[in-house]
Amino acid sequence: MTSMPKPFIDKHLPKNELGLTVRNYEGSMSTLCAGCGHDSVTAALVQAFWELNLAPESAAKVSGIGCSSKTTAYFMGQSHGINCVHGRMPSVATGANAVNGDLHYIGISGDGDSLSIGFGQFAHAIRRNLNMLYIIENNGVYGLTKGQFSASADIGSKSKKGVANEQTPIDPCVQALTLGAGFVARAFSGDKSQLVPLVKAALMHKGFAMIDVISPCVTFNDHAGSTKSYAHTYKYYHPLVHTDFVAHAEEITGEYAEDGAMRVTLHDGGELRLRKTDSDYDPRDKAQAIETLMMNDGGGEIRTGLLYLNEDMPDMHAANHLPKTPLNQLPYEALNPGKAALASLQKRYR
Amino acid sequence: MKDLVETASEVRVNDFVLKIANVNGTGSASANGLLMKAIFRMGVPVVGKNLFPSNIQGLPTWYEIRLTKDAYMARSGTAEFMVAMNAETYKQDLAEVSPGGFLLYDSTWPRPDLHARQDVTAIGVPLARMCNEVFENARTRVLMKNMAYVGAVAGLTGLDVEVIKELVTEMFGTKEHLITANMKAINLGLDYVREHFPDPLPLKVERMDATAGHIMIDGNTAAALGCVYAGATFGAWYPITPSTSLMDGFKSFCEKFRVDKDTGEKNFCIIQGEDELASVGMAIGAGWNGARSFTPTSGPGISLMSEFIGFAYYGEVPVVLFDVQRAGPSTGLPTRTQQCDLTLAAYASHGDTKHILVFPANPKECFEMAIQSFDLAERFQTPVFFMTDLDIGMNDWMVPELDWDDSYQPDRGKVLSKDELEAIEKFYRYEDRDGDGITYRSLPGVHPKGAYFTRGSGHNWKGGYTEDSDEYKEVVDRLVRKWKSAADAVPGPIIRRCDGPARRAIISVGGCDGAVIEAMDQLSAQGVNLNYLRVRGFPFNAEVEAFIAAHDEVFVVEQNRDAQLRTLLVNETDAPKDKLVPVLDYAGMAANPKFIVEGISAYLDALGDAA
Repeated sequence: MTSMPKPFIDKHLPKNELGLTVRNYEGSMSTLCAGCGHDSVTAALVQAFWELNLAPESAAKVSGIGCSSKTTAYFMGQSHGINCVHGRMPSVATGANAVNGDLHYIGISGDGDSLSIGFGQFAHAIRRNLNMLYIIENNGVYGLTKGQFSASADIGSKSKKGVANEQTPIDPCVQALTLGAGFVARAFSGDKSQLVPLVKAALMHKGFAMIDVISPCVTFNDHAGSTKSYAHTYKYYHPLVHTDFVAHAEEITGEYAEDGAMRVTLHDGGELRLRKTDSDYDPRDKAQAIETLMMNDGGGEIRTGLLYLNEDMPDMHAANHLPKTPLNQLPYEALNPGKAALASLQKRYR
Repeated sequence: MKDLVETASEVRVNDFVLKIANVNGTGSASANGLLMKAIFRMGVPVVGKNLFPSNIQGLPTWYEIRLTKDAYMARSGTAEFMVAMNAETYKQDLAEVSPGGFLLYDSTWPRPDLHARQDVTAIGVPLARMCNEVFENARTRVLMKNMAYVGAVAGLTGLDVEVIKELVTEMFGTKEHLITANMKAINLGLDYVREHFPDPLPLKVERMDATAGHIMIDGNTAAALGCVYAGATFGAWYPITPSTSLMDGFKSFCEKFRVDKDTGEKNFCIIQGEDELASVGMAIGAGWNGARSFTPTSGPGISLMSEFIGFAYYGEVPVVLFDVQRAGPSTGLPTRTQQCDLTLAAYASHGDTKHILVFPANPKECFEMAIQSFDLAERFQTPVFFMTDLDIGMNDWMVPELDWDDSYQPDRGKVLSKDELEAIEKFYRYEDRDGDGITYRSLPGVHPKGAYFTRGSGHNWKGGYTEDSDEYKEVVDRLVRKWKSAADAVPGPIIRRCDGPARRAIISVGGCDGAVIEAMDQLSAQGVNLNYLRVRGFPFNAEVEAFIAAHDEVFVVEQNRDAQLRTLLVNETDAPKDKLVPVLDYAGMAANPKFIVEGISAYLDALGDAA
């Protein structure tokens, strides 16, 4: 993962409640190709974290292998990151999260990392309702190994050499819905106004929050015939739900505000306001969400936004009755039963 | 009864093997455990070995109880008294009885074949018939048949029925009807043999005072207890024989000691992973985040975990792996024991990797070395392998009571606190500030100055990505220095010297210990005097090297086909290869002294020499 430091100039930038500018949330210089969709996701993460007034060190960044996984070095250089083995980020995140749930876990993955080699771990992290933001930077292609189709490539989508993909694609949103994720969103790296509030909402959601971001690969999958190109995505891009995150919401008086937005209070504070762009779409209706996504199979409209939300499911910490004090901060005295207990216990082995 | 005494060759008090042949899934385990515990309670040292199939119900299973007044730790490999409860294995079971031995069978049906051997006395007790007459439903009858043979064995050997009753009472607690029913079955067997075989057998159980201060415990349970006392808070696992009972044990001890009675909060987290890859990944994630974490598994699991093990090695993340070894390769013999993952664990993962290993020999060492493993993992910031096996892990061993020193404090290694991070000018994760190869680490969320990037890709001493040859080499060279320095921190070898000078010696490891000690006694009686070193940690320390140098030849005794311990000795010491003579047993059974005595004798005979 090549990286270089960025020049640090923040004189005239606005400061958040912690007195920090967005520059305090940046990482080292990206080494991805110019125009890569992933860099836009990185920028959205920086913006969202800054806007939420979260301390940079309160993030824990986890990733696997691939172009997407490299990006954890490009934001929040003041937080810990772990760039583990291919497709296994969810397990590292699970263990890390179990012993300290106070941090904001940000997992960055790709369509290869999550839908092929790491498909099993992706599924089981959802089943455990791990409290984390899980972003898939989805470009339908393997970049670092120079252009092979990934498992998210649509049937008929053409490679740079003109070969059409014949295998059925795996849709991470449909998978996440059927596996029981409580926060499922799709976004496009080219629309920051949609992505930033979604990232904020996902960070504040207590549970597994997945955002599948269509993030075109300018080098290997941005040509005519590709269904993951910028041109194709702009053309078929269709937001279903508009999401706003409000950090300090006034008291809720009714589920729908005057503007028709649905209000949702999150367990970790703040409020979501979901505005429908299609009158018949309800982000509370899982069956409808799945139907809507599956209808598009084969490269039709790319329906985006917060597709499904259920903020009331117990996360892994709750399910395991973990203590308020993180396990990694418990004093040894609280863990060791001592000499007398050992002597007493051994009566059963006499 | 007269004919019984005539065929018996000798009177053996507290020195014979009682072997029970059963069908698995018939509830025989508790009856056999009861017999062993009763003998133990009578003060007689015992060795118990459960030989079971990889199956849930219907296949043959055996339980061996060796009464050993001399307190040997291994199997003897003989069977003086066979309780043949499985018609399918009658032939084999009869053949296995030592000359002059006894065989007890269920005489509800005539079994003339069981009387075929002139040198074995077959004792028929109509167990099924008696239980059918007394007990109602089918399952109860099957279960009670087991208790009935417990009574018969007690009557024939002099095992104290009062001790059995005491154990049955403890087993069922307040369930009075179960105590009554089980004692009724036991008395059926007891009364029958007292009536029909009034003279006791020459195989006798007599009270001794050789088990005081001891317990009977299996190694997985003891290791689990070690995890609790070490302060481990996170365990991830995927079920695999023979390691499963380790996590079962950890869970049950944590439920007992680590749950807040008022809030129900649990000061531990156990996650059953979707596979071994995920399990070790979780343990590594928890270790990275500063918790003591572990994963129990067996050989196939280590194979799957290998990529992640290399990551933790290179990224310097502490984690403890319990490898309860079973016979390989591939699925192998899941319910048979071997020491066949030694080289796998020592060098697990691609690229240049070397790991720290500890080798317990019995459940007491499982408890102690589990704690040491966590200290080593955090001190050296690396994966540590706890190398046990099915025999140690799943069989009940008689060991001295576990002891605990309340002044123990865990060695958490070089972890910078918030204040320390605040005070230093700049933090670099892999900066060797102390020159000992062990660098300082910081934990996520503690201080923005402590932030760094843990990566499995090439990195320099600052923690930054690098493809520069010198920067890359600097880190991997430090890693091997760090690994070598662990030689003096791992549990040291135990040396047992014979009386007088010895030119030759044995080096062995783990659960072979009992068999080696017994073999040394037998060889010594034949005039072959050997010294013995038991390796307890890897990398090997200078004592191992010196011990090899001090002898002309060293027999390396271990349980695998490929002489893996010998391979490690050849690789990691300066010992000349031809000085290390392999003595191997890889049949999958718990070690007995026979292969050692025979292996060494054959070697010496070929030389025409004695030690």
